[in-house]
Amino acid sequence: MVQTAGVVEHERKAPGGFYKWVTSVDHKVIGKNYMYTALTFMFIAGAMALLIRTQLFNPNGHVVSLQTYNELFTIHGSMMLYLFAGPFAFGGFANFIVPLQIGAPDMAFPRLNNLSYWLFLFGGVTMLFGFFTASGAAAFGWVAYAPLSTAPFSPGPGADLWIVSIAMVGFSGIFTGVNLMTTIFYLRAPGMTMFRMPLFTWSMLVTGILILIAFPVLTAALVMLYADRHFGAHFFSVAGGGVPVMWQNLFWFFGHPEVYILALPFFGIVTELIPVFSKKPIFGYRGMVFANLAIAGLSTGVWAHHMFTTGVVLLPFFSALSLLIAVPTGVKVFTWIATMWGGQIKFNTSMLFAVGFIFAFVMGGITGVMLASPPIDFYTHDTYFVVAHFHQVLIGTTVFAGFAGIYYWYPKLTGRFLHEGLGKWNFWVTFIGFWITFMPQYLLGLRGMPRRIPIYSPTDGFTFLNRMSTVGAYMMGIGMFLFLLNFIISWRRPRPAGDNPWDGYTLEWATSSPPPPHNFHSLPPIRSARPLWDLNHPDHADSVPMVTGGDESAE
Amino acid sequence: MVRSMKKRSLELSWAHKARRLLGSVAGIGAAGLVLSACNIPSFGAFKGNTVQGNSTYHLWQGFFVASIFVGGITFILLALAIIRFRRKGESIIPKQVHGNTKLEVFYTVVPVVIVAILFFFTVRVENKVDTVARNPNLRVDVTAFQWGWKFYYPKYGVTTITKGVDLYPTLELPVGETATFRLVSLDVVHGFYMPEFDFSRYALPGVTNYFDFTPQHTANFLGRCSQFCGLYHADMLFYVHVVAPSQFQSWIHAHQGS
Repeated sequence: MVQTAGVVEHERKAPGGFYKWVTSVDHKVIGKNYMYTALTFMFIAGAMALLIRTQLFNPNGHVVSLQTYNELFTIHGSMMLYLFAGPFAFGGFANFIVPLQIGAPDMAFPRLNNLSYWLFLFGGVTMLFGFFTASGAAAFGWVAYAPLSTAPFSPGPGADLWIVSIAMVGFSGIFTGVNLMTTIFYLRAPGMTMFRMPLFTWSMLVTGILILIAFPVLTAALVMLYADRHFGAHFFSVAGGGVPVMWQNLFWFFGHPEVYILALPFFGIVTELIPVFSKKPIFGYRGMVFANLAIAGLSTGVWAHHMFTTGVVLLPFFSALSLLIAVPTGVKVFTWIATMWGGQIKFNTSMLFAVGFIFAFVMGGITGVMLASPPIDFYTHDTYFVVAHFHQVLIGTTVFAGFAGIYYWYPKLTGRFLHEGLGKWNFWVTFIGFWITFMPQYLLGLRGMPRRIPIYSPTDGFTFLNRMSTVGAYMMGIGMFLFLLNFIISWRRPRPAGDNPWDGYTLEWATSSPPPPHNFHSLPPIRSARPLWDLNHPDHADSVPMVTGGDESAE
Repeated sequence: MVRSMKKRSLELSWAHKARRLLGSVAGIGAAGLVLSACNIPSFGAFKGNTVQGNSTYHLWQGFFVASIFVGGITFILLALAIIRFRRKGESIIPKQVHGNTKLEVFYTVVPVVIVAILFFFTVRVENKVDTVARNPNLRVDVTAFQWGWKFYYPKYGVTTITKGVDLYPTLELPVGETATFRLVSLDVVHGFYMPEFDFSRYALPGVTNYFDFTPQHTANFLGRCSQFCGLYHADMLFYVHVVAPSQFQSWIHAHQGS
């Protein structure tokens, strides 16, 4: 390295290939690692879902044994939530995009970032190792209720591998949360005040706060469970003076914020691209910030709506807050619509997925409001009504909004476009398959089909609806395959994308695609939430950059 | 100039239209519940078959009607937006609207009002469903275990219990009489689930749950376990027979010998 009068020139050659992949502390490399790994886990968990749906195609199905079925839905749920949705959002998108959006050269703690990725990868693999043990993988549902998850009822190492895996992934998430929050607070470029930050970055800040509130509680609960299983503790056994329901309280205190930890980043993604593809600013920027904060605050107070049927929770309190959390979420939906209103909307694949997300999420959110009413929950709890509800909201956010984000930011990450025509097939096949899969499940729940059952009787009246749901699931599988195809084609036959193919507003578009190692050669002036828009469209700018010809360092 | 004026008037008329529509959601939602006696569809739910369950059923109908309005308005607005404001041909720059405080307050406050109404009706029904009679006509002790159910009538000393695969126990109940249930588990968490009564409650180890049923119709029903409890969770079925009180007494006498 040569130092000349305060200027440092980096002469060292950047490492490449496998070595770079393993050791890089560059947030862009780590972010891509996370995305590839998380999407791989998604495909594995998706294959498990197809096995589950195949088993349920016929009453008294024989595709898998009862034990294997229980392992499949446990690991499907655990993988999708812990190993795909979360890491994809904060390890993948946030890692890559947030430093770029705030004009920073990297995350605040690059080496911690690298550690987070390896904890995630090895944690995920640990969970899957359960399948290779004699007694199989964990088989008590992703929620692992005690006493079922304690040693007398779930002996065998599969459960322990599951516990350790989630602890590792939990720490990965906590470290990423710390990294994100510190980066956002301290590494913003000059001129970027908090209320000029992109809303995706705001989402990640609030998500980071929730991660720090929720994940340590989960980790504590896991340690307690492990202690019960192996160290002779009695936290969750009645005979030892313990309280099984405490597991549910601890788990759901984590579990409910967890679903907002998963949702908020994807809300943020959609909040970025809807304005860009409508050629308007977001409608009500501050409202969106306050909605994020309200959602986060409320989400820490609603956990017992997962426990209405226990008979031991204060129903009116949790019902009221759960009903209320629909309000800031509704504010977001109306904001997105108001942003599109009066705009010049471009319906490329990314925007299609974003609109699809809104449709799916609104309906899923409405059924959530129904579930917030304890009497209705007494009827529908632990049935396919709930399964339909959470798949609507989760797939709406992590898949539809997630793919909207992939199609939006892929050019920035790779310098090439995904094929638009194939992208539209990807969208429509997945979207239609999604409704065919889950609408019948609402009715199945109302007609009495419980969750987590491998077989049902021919006289139950569930057969037709289950078959329809399975057909839809296969359609979704094909849709996902089309995405893979699109991804492969974009490498085999690249169509280069420039710095700012979408006429985007925020700083990630103010550098090359992909960005150079240190992210920016120079930054445009930051005088509003849309610095690049201001630069490129001075006649319609949110704030006209002042050209003084003199000292710009006053910021 | 004309374009931006037209846009503003479009926004205003939209806001007025939406205000009127949304304003009536609350009223109509409430009316829906009141009018529940008049042929509102079941929207897929069972009618309850008990006094408590019937109350839940009407609450469900009210929520569903409210959902149709709120969801319907939202979907219509979304559809209108994506159809009307599609980019056609040359990409022009539309008016850069940053927000509208009145509208934002409106679409924050109206949902709070709607949610408050839903909460009001929820609490009423919830109190009805969860009330346990001080002097019920009948008491039944329900015990859940891996993987079956035991029903015990303490007043009569009668027990029915799962005896094996396809040998599910019967819970016999007299129509029109209030039965109070004590529910507990011997091992893991189970779910005492009566789909056709629009009801379920966890059977917990070490904690007893209480609830009432006042059946309204003589019929046979199927009960299940709703909370995942291990390998044979799907097989924890039971029968509920609601019969005339005299028939219930005969059934009791028949079982008292065993």
